[in-house]
Amino acid sequence: MNITLTVNGARVDADVLPRTHLVDFLREHLALTGSHLGCEHGVCGACTIRLDGQIVRGCLVLAVQADGGVVETIEGLSDTGEIADLQQAFIARNALQCGYCTPGMLIAAQDLLRHGGVPTREAIREHLSGNYCRCTGYQAIIDAVEATAKARAA
Amino acid sequence: MNVLSPQDLPNSYIGRSIPRPNLDRLTQGRGLYVSDLVLPRMAHVAFLRSPHAHAEIVRIDTTAAATMPGVIRVLTAADLAAVCTPWVGVLAHLKGLKSAPQYPMAVDRVRWQGEPVVAVVAASRAEAEDAAERIEIDFNELPAVVDAAAALEPGSPVIHAALGDNLAFERNLHAGDVDAAMAGSDHVIEQDFTFARHTGVTLEARAIVADWNSAEQRMTVHLGTQAPHMMQNIIALHLGLEEQQVRILCQDVGGSFGIKVHVYCDDMAIAAIARILARPVKYVADRLESFVADIHARDHVVKARIGVTDDGTIKAFEIDDLTGIGPYSVYPRTSAVEANQVVNLVGGPYAVANYRARARVVFQNKAVMSQYRGVGHPIATSVTEGLVDLAAARIGMDPAEIRRRNLVRDDAYPATSAAGLRFEALSHHTSLNKLLTMMDYDALRAEQRDLRSRGIHRGIGLASFIEITNPGPAFYGVGGARISAQDGAAVKLDASGAVTLQSSLTEQGQGNTAVLAQIVATAMGVDIARVRVIVGDTDNTPYGGGTWASRGAGIGGEAAWQAGRALRGNVLTLAGTILQATPDSLDIRAGSVVDAATGTERITLRELARIAYFRPDTLPRDFQSELMATRHYVPRDYPFAFTNGVQASYLEVDTDTGFIRLLRHWVVEDCGTILNPMLVDEQIRGGVVQGLGAALFEHCQYDAQGQMINANMADYLVPMAGEMPDIDVAHVVSPTLESALGAKGAGEAGTAGAAACVMNALNDALAPFGAVMTAIPFTPERVLQALARANE
Repeated sequence: MNITLTVNGARVDADVLPRTHLVDFLREHLALTGSHLGCEHGVCGACTIRLDGQIVRGCLVLAVQADGGVVETIEGLSDTGEIADLQQAFIARNALQCGYCTPGMLIAAQDLLRHGGVPTREAIREHLSGNYCRCTGYQAIIDAVEATAKARAA
Repeated sequence: MNVLSPQDLPNSYIGRSIPRPNLDRLTQGRGLYVSDLVLPRMAHVAFLRSPHAHAEIVRIDTTAAATMPGVIRVLTAADLAAVCTPWVGVLAHLKGLKSAPQYPMAVDRVRWQGEPVVAVVAASRAEAEDAAERIEIDFNELPAVVDAAAALEPGSPVIHAALGDNLAFERNLHAGDVDAAMAGSDHVIEQDFTFARHTGVTLEARAIVADWNSAEQRMTVHLGTQAPHMMQNIIALHLGLEEQQVRILCQDVGGSFGIKVHVYCDDMAIAAIARILARPVKYVADRLESFVADIHARDHVVKARIGVTDDGTIKAFEIDDLTGIGPYSVYPRTSAVEANQVVNLVGGPYAVANYRARARVVFQNKAVMSQYRGVGHPIATSVTEGLVDLAAARIGMDPAEIRRRNLVRDDAYPATSAAGLRFEALSHHTSLNKLLTMMDYDALRAEQRDLRSRGIHRGIGLASFIEITNPGPAFYGVGGARISAQDGAAVKLDASGAVTLQSSLTEQGQGNTAVLAQIVATAMGVDIARVRVIVGDTDNTPYGGGTWASRGAGIGGEAAWQAGRALRGNVLTLAGTILQATPDSLDIRAGSVVDAATGTERITLRELARIAYFRPDTLPRDFQSELMATRHYVPRDYPFAFTNGVQASYLEVDTDTGFIRLLRHWVVEDCGTILNPMLVDEQIRGGVVQGLGAALFEHCQYDAQGQMINANMADYLVPMAGEMPDIDVAHVVSPTLESALGAKGAGEAGTAGAAACVMNALNDALAPFGAVMTAIPFTPERVLQALARANE
């Protein structure tokens, strides 16, 4: 099927099999390998991306469902600088180890931060509970998100 | 007195919380994991895996699959036999350990659900999976041996007929006189402890791209691995190649935790298929496969006894450990090491001379079990600390007090444990005191009493532990495995005066490359931004062990320190020649050679390198500069550098629902010299949470037929952000005197004690009900069952 969508600000035209998942399309057709596959059944959050302004699991959306849509991935959010402060906070706090969950974690965290204000640690923990991290134990991630929220609110 | 050590030079990064310099790539999604890799002509493999735990393979029909779109080849074990020899997972020093030859894919018989049987190679993974669905296999199902105890019963089916029975390994140890000590105790408490199977769930599943270049006669393997040189040896050995024909490359790895240090059928099959097809072949396990094809961990039942007197003196420990390892001992590290560790470690923190242990390791028709983060430590710590708390409860003594009375004194080192472990310097009492202060133990006890009177059930649990780090050849080398105990580092001053380090360590997120850069920058006296670190390439790094068993900082880091200091010496010799000064009068600071006494800059490293590389004609004829230095290191005085620590958990139990809420967790840990406090603390926290996962959630559940019934991410629970507590970490520092840096390992300490202190906290909370829980994971259902039992 032919689809046309916007990926990280650029128009993409592609011919995809109907069964192709959006994250596989991004990784295999567009070589945007920053979106990762952790479970391919919608649990771990490693493939979290933004579709039409909402975060979705790239493994639960078909590429054809994104036809006409606007997709933003970690590569795009890095290039625009939208999450530069959050990324720096992650680095400063060592809120990533292997880094495999990190793109999805950053996008999910930014989704919370975009609502403004300084969420409580409990609220941050709750919001990120759909994104698994096996390395850090989460505390450094919570610290980094909290620090970014405070800095943005200041 | 203020004594400056070599670590206190200007440009000293050691002991500082430097952020890892290479994280921009990973935060921007620009890492390169093996799962991301695409090579020209790369083919993809899907495995058809056994649906049965135990069955004969009667017939395999691949004809329909072979004609499916995109299919390149369909292969069975018979196809791979010509290029890959089988392996046996035994080590000579684990006397009596036996296992059977294992092949890349099942030959004639399948022995666990998930064992690979057929490989489909296709132009895409999707096409390979489509074709795999068209393969027909007739199985003749056999009775499955699932329960470890039943596997030893007379009349049990034998998984490998040639081995005679299902007992893979047994070890017995007796120190002192346990019978007399138990007889001399006022109380002998017996308790069974059960440790469920769990697994690593690395967020990036295992991934491999193997590429046989028939023109070069070389195999290049991109592999997410902890031990590149070990894998180089093994792939060469079993594919009939010389080691120098095999190159292992390993850049970013999406989590390891021990999962990626073993030899898997899948990986050997991919290497063999690449050899046959002479093209790049890729395989990435999907999550459903990972649950049945990755190694599992633990699966122990331990019968345990402790003898104690009324004054709180522990007289003896005794354990009988039974562990089920699946149908094969995993190659090449074996599946007997964990049980061996349990025997070694139980009672380790305590001055108790009487100890008897038996460990039995048995085959069963489940996924293979082998070393995972903490190897044996969580079991030994939970059994030991569980017994100590039960003893304290019996005699009415506070858990902190019974530990004070029995932990090995801090001034008693060097010391040897009942099991024969040698300790250079540990700090149990200092650590415990620090922990109790940190958590405000007495106030917490008061709060607990107050809340209990209002029907809120909170518990406090402590767990002291020892941890094996920096292993020398005693782990594997003496048993005949070609797994290096030493690591190497090569440091080079390039023509621009910058520094490159090649190290045999690997990076899976621990921060090894950052710590190596800190060490070399400090040793050399240069800005850390001028140090580039290369790891994960057997063509371009010195030979060494890699990253496992909490050895990276202590062994590979020390090699880097020695190499950096050697290069510094060479640079100063060169500078002395250029400047006509004695090398001793010079130093390197901030990237320049300076006068050591005054700090006055004499020559930059950039200029020095220019002279050395481009104008050697200006140097004396008999002088040759050497701007690369290589050093290797392995500890010699002790077979292992033991560390110690103590953890505490504070939790609340909802006695109506059985839910456990973790409120806080504390760790005091002694890993010797701390090279990067932030990275050490994050290793501790990550390790704790993996231990908490095992304590509360993680469980590979099998039915009586040997089917894993929760082999997916939705049904297999791992810790989520919302369930985890904040974890306070502090340190006591007892450096090892074996090395210049004095660093010991820290990567597994968190996992070692987390489940034990949760268990003790849970039982502390349940004490008013008379319930005792010693089977992990502590699920809400099990909490309610324990409360119901106690009520009867």
